[in-house]
Amino acid sequence: MSGLLVAEHNNKELKPFTLNAVTAASQMDTDLHAVIIGNNCGDAAKKLSELPLVKKVIQVEAAHYENFVAENFAPVIVKLAENYSHVVCSANTFGKNLMPRIAASLDTSQVSDIIKVISADTFLRPIYAGNAFATVKSKDPKKCITIRPTSFDPCESSGGSAPIEKAEPSAEFNNTKFVKREEIKSDRPELGTARVVVSGGRGMQSGDNFKLITSVADKLNAAIGASRAAVDAGYISNDHQVGQTGKVVVPDLYIAIGISGAIQHLAGMKESKVIVAINKDGEAPIFSVADYGLEADLFEAVPQFIEELNKLNTIQK
Amino acid sequence: MKILVAVKRVIDYNVQVRVKEDNTGVVTENVKMSTNPPDDNAIEEAVKIKESGKATEVVAVSVGEEKAQETVRKALAVGADRGILIKADGILEPLAVSKLLQKIVEKEKPDLVFMGKQAIDDDCNQTGQMLSALLNWPQATFASKIEIKDKKLEVTREIDEGLETIEINIPAIVTCDLRLNEPRYASLPNIMKAKKKPIEQINASDLGVDTSPRIEQIKVEEPPKRKAGIKVKSVAELVQKLKNEAKVI
Repeated sequence: MSGLLVAEHNNKELKPFTLNAVTAASQMDTDLHAVIIGNNCGDAAKKLSELPLVKKVIQVEAAHYENFVAENFAPVIVKLAENYSHVVCSANTFGKNLMPRIAASLDTSQVSDIIKVISADTFLRPIYAGNAFATVKSKDPKKCITIRPTSFDPCESSGGSAPIEKAEPSAEFNNTKFVKREEIKSDRPELGTARVVVSGGRGMQSGDNFKLITSVADKLNAAIGASRAAVDAGYISNDHQVGQTGKVVVPDLYIAIGISGAIQHLAGMKESKVIVAINKDGEAPIFSVADYGLEADLFEAVPQFIEELNKLNTIQK
Repeated sequence: MKILVAVKRVIDYNVQVRVKEDNTGVVTENVKMSTNPPDDNAIEEAVKIKESGKATEVVAVSVGEEKAQETVRKALAVGADRGILIKADGILEPLAVSKLLQKIVEKEKPDLVFMGKQAIDDDCNQTGQMLSALLNWPQATFASKIEIKDKKLEVTREIDEGLETIEINIPAIVTCDLRLNEPRYASLPNIMKAKKKPIEQINASDLGVDTSPRIEQIKVEEPPKRKAGIKVKSVAELVQKLKNEAKVI
């Protein structure tokens, strides 16, 4: 049997993480089909058909699919799933909201947020916010899997020409109505996907001092993070919180400023490729995970850091 | 209106989780346990709704070993009226938990079921959505704002792109995000009062649900260790290393 990938899109274009999910799904079953559910989503369906790893596209359209309501999406995927061994999508808010609804209807125990495909039924996934890695084997006849997009490379996006088939929509679920979506318009990259994250902790001492963090982030085109302590102290809103109870981030560069490195914070950032810590307490646990540690008063070091960055001819964006 | 709130007992978020030497799981003996953090937000929201006069009863339910009673008791101490403990041992997958909760929903007939968006132990993020599917109820996941409008809820959800607002008809499931509210601490008098509130105990095996795991846990390991880093002496050295050695700026 083949695998079925659920594409995430905005009716015009594929969401970038769909490409990462295709890579993961193709490692479970090379005969990979993809379903795209939406309203007037022909352009996105065409892009899906151009992914060389996708062998067939199933397009399902109806007005009630316009806003990706899980209660509308699940029944049509459950019906299609009859013919598939795996149903796969990204473990972002789209997939997290949708997949368990599919899995429960299929009486399948879902495997969430995998970071590696070991075989068609065995996967590696982080538990305890990445403090432990579990190798798990699904014994259900059908597998429902969500994948952590940052753990898989995006697939090739052109060169394929898979056939596009239309499938019948399911009936509308009348007890859920979409009202509105407010996309946060920011010049900054999103915390969850940024290449660079600059975070401040309780050492910042005030919300006003977070300007220093903002200045560094401006230089590096970085997202702004914070420790739970900084959020609890009211220095910054909790959508910036990195850690077990906030966001888990894996940027190329993570700069922790005035963060001591509580366990729950480390759980949210220690998979970052390069970690920098600036803290005046040389014994702070953050130094145990930092590739480059600078034991210094942040109020002296950070302005100097900005100055040094200004001296550079080029900064990667 | 009646609100059922599901709460889970997990290793406290401040504890350094350790993997067992035989790689069968993580160490839970002699480790501080607490309520799963977003479940605290779920209880808080239910209690606030009751305090505003829009709900008449808040029932806290947990699934797990005998000790999960402490978690139910904590929910009673912050304002839930009574508790239910579904006793079950061993690994319980979200599918099994949602089937057990479905039985409780059929018995208790709540108008709303609240729970945290995710448990910080297995990080599955499934139970609320699965329960919604089993009941064929609407679901509002990752809720950061809930407004009750007659027989409807208007819920603001935290999504990757920002915020989404949906309107769902009651009965419904809501999974709560950390930004929904600020959970209160239980006062000493309320902790004492909670000791007198009833907790009904039900054996999972009496509910006719097969809770045996469908996922075999082959092994649990420590994540790969980071290689030891270095301390730099100056800001200039730091920038030079980032530019020329790590090549990240």
